Amino acid sequence: MTLLDEPQTPASNITEYSVTELSGVLKRTIEDRFGLVRVRGEISGFRGRHSSGHCYFSLKDERARLEAVIWKATYAKLAFKPEEGLEVVATGRLTTYPGSSKYQIVIEEIAPAGAGALMALLNERRMKLEAEGLFAAERKKKLPFLPRVIGVVTSPTGAVIRDIRHRIADRFPVHLVVWPVRVQGETSGEEVARAIAGFDAIEAGGPIPRPDVIIVARGGGSLEDLWGFNDEAVVRAVAACSIPLISAIGHETDWTLIDHVADMRAPTPTGAAEIAVPVKAEISAALAGLHARQDGAAFRLMEHERRAVAGLARALPSPDMLLALPRRRLDEAASGLSRSLRLGLSDKRRLFGEAGARLSVTSLEHSVQQKRAELRHADACILHGLQSSVGLRRQRFDRVASLLRPQAIAAKGDEKRARFDVFAQRFEAALAHSMEARRGALTTAGRMVESLSPMRVLSRGYAIIRDTDNNPVTRAADLLPGMSFEVEFAAGERRRAVAEEDGAPPRPRPAPRRRAAKAAEDQGSLF
Amino acid sequence: MSETTEQSLPADDSDIRRMTFEEALAALERIVADLEHGEVPLDRSIRIYERGEKLKNHCERLLSAAEDRIEKIKLSRTGKPEGTEPLDLG
Repeated sequence: MTLLDEPQTPASNITEYSVTELSGVLKRTIEDRFGLVRVRGEISGFRGRHSSGHCYFSLKDERARLEAVIWKATYAKLAFKPEEGLEVVATGRLTTYPGSSKYQIVIEEIAPAGAGALMALLNERRMKLEAEGLFAAERKKKLPFLPRVIGVVTSPTGAVIRDIRHRIADRFPVHLVVWPVRVQGETSGEEVARAIAGFDAIEAGGPIPRPDVIIVARGGGSLEDLWGFNDEAVVRAVAACSIPLISAIGHETDWTLIDHVADMRAPTPTGAAEIAVPVKAEISAALAGLHARQDGAAFRLMEHERRAVAGLARALPSPDMLLALPRRRLDEAASGLSRSLRLGLSDKRRLFGEAGARLSVTSLEHSVQQKRAELRHADACILHGLQSSVGLRRQRFDRVASLLRPQAIAAKGDEKRARFDVFAQRFEAALAHSMEARRGALTTAGRMVESLSPMRVLSRGYAIIRDTDNNPVTRAADLLPGMSFEVEFAAGERRRAVAEEDGAPPRPRPAPRRRAAKAAEDQGSLF
Repeated sequence: MSETTEQSLPADDSDIRRMTFEEALAALERIVADLEHGEVPLDRSIRIYERGEKLKNHCERLLSAAEDRIEKIKLSRTGKPEGTEPLDLG
């Protein structure tokens, strides 16, 4: 400050600042005065984190608005993340932003303004997601009865995974794959959502086994502790997951949004293990029971059929029974036959005896005498009848004889005799003529016979060959060599001879000439 | 006689191998019920009895196939699964 300047400035005790100076003074004043404040208000204009990682929004109530900022480093450490519309109690320092004449609170901690506020927010979100249909019963998938692999989304350390592991081992030991996540803190919701989507992305048959069912589990805690499971990202990940999912968050009284969207909600992690797998021993027992029932039923069925066959077989009469009746009839008939035969025989014998008794010599004699008397009587009758008959016929003859007249008969006899004489003469002439003719024929035949007589032939130089039985031999074949025969000449002269060669023609007598011819043939053969 | 078994009885039993435990168990239960009902013809009852035996064996195989094992997914820096490692619960 100089004297020269004084006349130019109006007389005033007010200190004059530059804008920067004033802004700086203000900044110091506010930061000193409100070094650390707790302010309650509703988060407004929250649009998530800026690309720089910082967060900018406002806290408001009915009449005022306070700009707020959460630096990137602080945000990462927040246990509870700011959400639009949530009433919070923020702890931070007030500061100004001299570049645009603004003041704001730099939040260092943030917490929901009491349970009621959180519940209100949760309720609002639940209704919104429900309106989308994400919690609908028809979306729920059926859990596999017997999973081979179970994916567990939880902390790899702590009691929860141990409880699940033990309970599953007790019931039905299966392959567990744990996807490690933080189940508390501001990143937990995001990690859980990623884990669910990650399990769903595993291909079947790959190096990491794809689970048949997923359990998302966490132990008990405060509403804020479980807040990650109310994360909308978690809810959407569960809704999108194609693997059936069981949620088991906190205690039975704790409800989070994942419980609404899960295919099954378990009251506790242990309960989730019980839902996920059946008790192997019970299944084995049920299977054994079924098997026993099948065996029993099949056995009874066979037994029933067997009994039916046996019953039918029993009903089938034996050959003996089948033949019994006819045999009995036969036996009766046979026995009746001999009895009736005996009966008939004795009957006949009795009849014969009776007849024999009646047949006696006296009766025969009696009969003969009777017949003889009858004969005598008949004889007498015949004689008497004959005599009376002859007398009768003689009377009739005498009567007829007196009627006979010899003259008429004599006249008839003369006429017949004249006719007879004529015929007798004609007969004798014819007979003589016929005899003459026959005699001539006989003479001719006699001559013929003589000319045909073999004796006549023999006299002409022929001879008859006869065998030893004197039968003429007409064929050379009948005269075997060595057989003797006879030659019959005329006038019955005979000479005996013996046949010589077989089949040779009758040998001419002059044998020497033949021998010479034979010698000539022999000689001829020499050349 | 149960129509369901009548219809679902295939020519051979090769379908059993693809059945889940539940399906096989349900099929076995139907067969047992049919047999117990006693109205199945004899030759068919023998056939379904054999099928029941196969179903039972399949169920037992599935029961014994489960592995008693616990593993943890190994995550890369970017949060992608890289494989598994045994998890020791102590």
